[in-house]
Amino acid sequence: MRAKAEIMDAQEMRRALSRMAHEILEQNPDPGSLAFIGVHRRGVPLAGRLAQQVAAIEGRPAPPVGALDITLYRDDLTAVGPLPVVRRTEIDFDVSGRSLVLVDDVLYTGRTVRAALDAIIDLGRPARIQLAVLVDRGHRELPIRADFVGKVVPTARREHVEVRLTEVDGEDRVVILERIEGEGGRP
Amino acid sequence: MRAGDRGEARSTWPRHLLGLADLGPDAIEQILETADAMRQVFDRPVKKFPTLRGRVVVNLFYEPSTRTRTSFELAAKALSADVVNVAVAQSSVVKGESLVDTARTYQALGTDYLVVRHASAGVPHLLARTVQVRVLNAGDGAHEHPTQGLLDLYTIRRRKGRISGLNVLIVGDVLHSRVARSDIWGLRKLGAHVAVAGPSTLMPVGLETLGVRRFDRLDEALEWAEVINVLRIQRERMQRGYLPSLREYRLRWGLTDERLRRLPEDVLIMHPGPANVGVEIDEAVLVDGRSAVAEQVTNGVAVRMAVLYLMAGREGEAG
Repeated sequence: MRAKAEIMDAQEMRRALSRMAHEILEQNPDPGSLAFIGVHRRGVPLAGRLAQQVAAIEGRPAPPVGALDITLYRDDLTAVGPLPVVRRTEIDFDVSGRSLVLVDDVLYTGRTVRAALDAIIDLGRPARIQLAVLVDRGHRELPIRADFVGKVVPTARREHVEVRLTEVDGEDRVVILERIEGEGGRP
Repeated sequence: MRAGDRGEARSTWPRHLLGLADLGPDAIEQILETADAMRQVFDRPVKKFPTLRGRVVVNLFYEPSTRTRTSFELAAKALSADVVNVAVAQSSVVKGESLVDTARTYQALGTDYLVVRHASAGVPHLLARTVQVRVLNAGDGAHEHPTQGLLDLYTIRRRKGRISGLNVLIVGDVLHSRVARSDIWGLRKLGAHVAVAGPSTLMPVGLETLGVRRFDRLDEALEWAEVINVLRIQRERMQRGYLPSLREYRLRWGLTDERLRRLPEDVLIMHPGPANVGVEIDEAVLVDGRSAVAEQVTNGVAVRMAVLYLMAGREGEAG
């Protein structure tokens, strides 16, 4: 894989998240019922940042933030290949009746979001679930769309969108990686 | 990060779970970590994950064991698998069907996992060599009981926060105990110090080759131990001359109420169950806050869920 282009730097990421936080508040007139759920791994710090932005705009305590692991809800268990590590789901609040914002870094096929919806619904009955993603790269395989998007980036399937976050990777940036000719396997 | 690829993936995993002797420390750690995630299912309103939907788990028990069988059944059902329980008295084994034939029949019926309990050591290994189905050892003779060993490790780690460097004592009939063997292998691989205590008639030859210390007096051993795993004494051992009397066993090797009072506040007491109350362990010990006997049962389901999940991938791989 080689880096083809940088599609977001730290400043653009900050602006995008700030805009998304404003949009979330516009769509949710009752911020008291809001809660954020990040999909492991990079959705979790992004959910935290959005919650902090919402709190700063409103001048009130940040809405609760949870972490969701969707591994056990994936529909590709039969695929040949290694299984992903199962992490803990940490949602310390009752999801029932809340307006949830599900947060992930990249929206691609939509299968992760489908799994996340199944996982959330097993935890209770939220009033509403909205989806926020930093990057929408297209190639949906399911009828799923995001309510809040940081940036829409049309990509080729052979390309790979890599979101790097300070909390996980030590820096804030989004790059497109491209598979080099002759390179086998998945990125 | 590509959607659909959540974090790092496991690299290698054995096709079967036959014993802790052949499992590396990394694999054991991975089971314990996965069990931690699985344990969350008990606190949720919907106590199920859809992970093994459409998979078939057959519990093939040639020896009666309600606890282990139920635990495997609940674990498989919590992952949405379909479960079939086969009690041997009702099966074609009584009509002369061999072990291997039975396993082949279940393979032909579309079984994905065969959970096997048998009185003879090595039966799960034989089946693993014969059929393509994934085989889980649920206890083979006096050899291994890997999921019990794993749930003991998990319980210790949950209660004590670590395994490495801990002094773990196994008390009782080590000679006939498959739990003791799995515990010893697992604990040693994760860096615990392991000791045994019990009548010399019930101690196997060559224990020292496993890196295990032996105490001849229980009270001395209890002073050393941070974790105590009390094994069940089977009453037929008395008839076969291994023990003079159950009363004497209790006096010399039983974890009695009186011995409990001398134990430190942070000691952890375990028992694989079912216990012979008043023989190897007293009622007061079982209900004491230092005992994790009930928790072991809950943890057993989480550990078995973890194992079933981790064995689920790599379809189509042979051997």
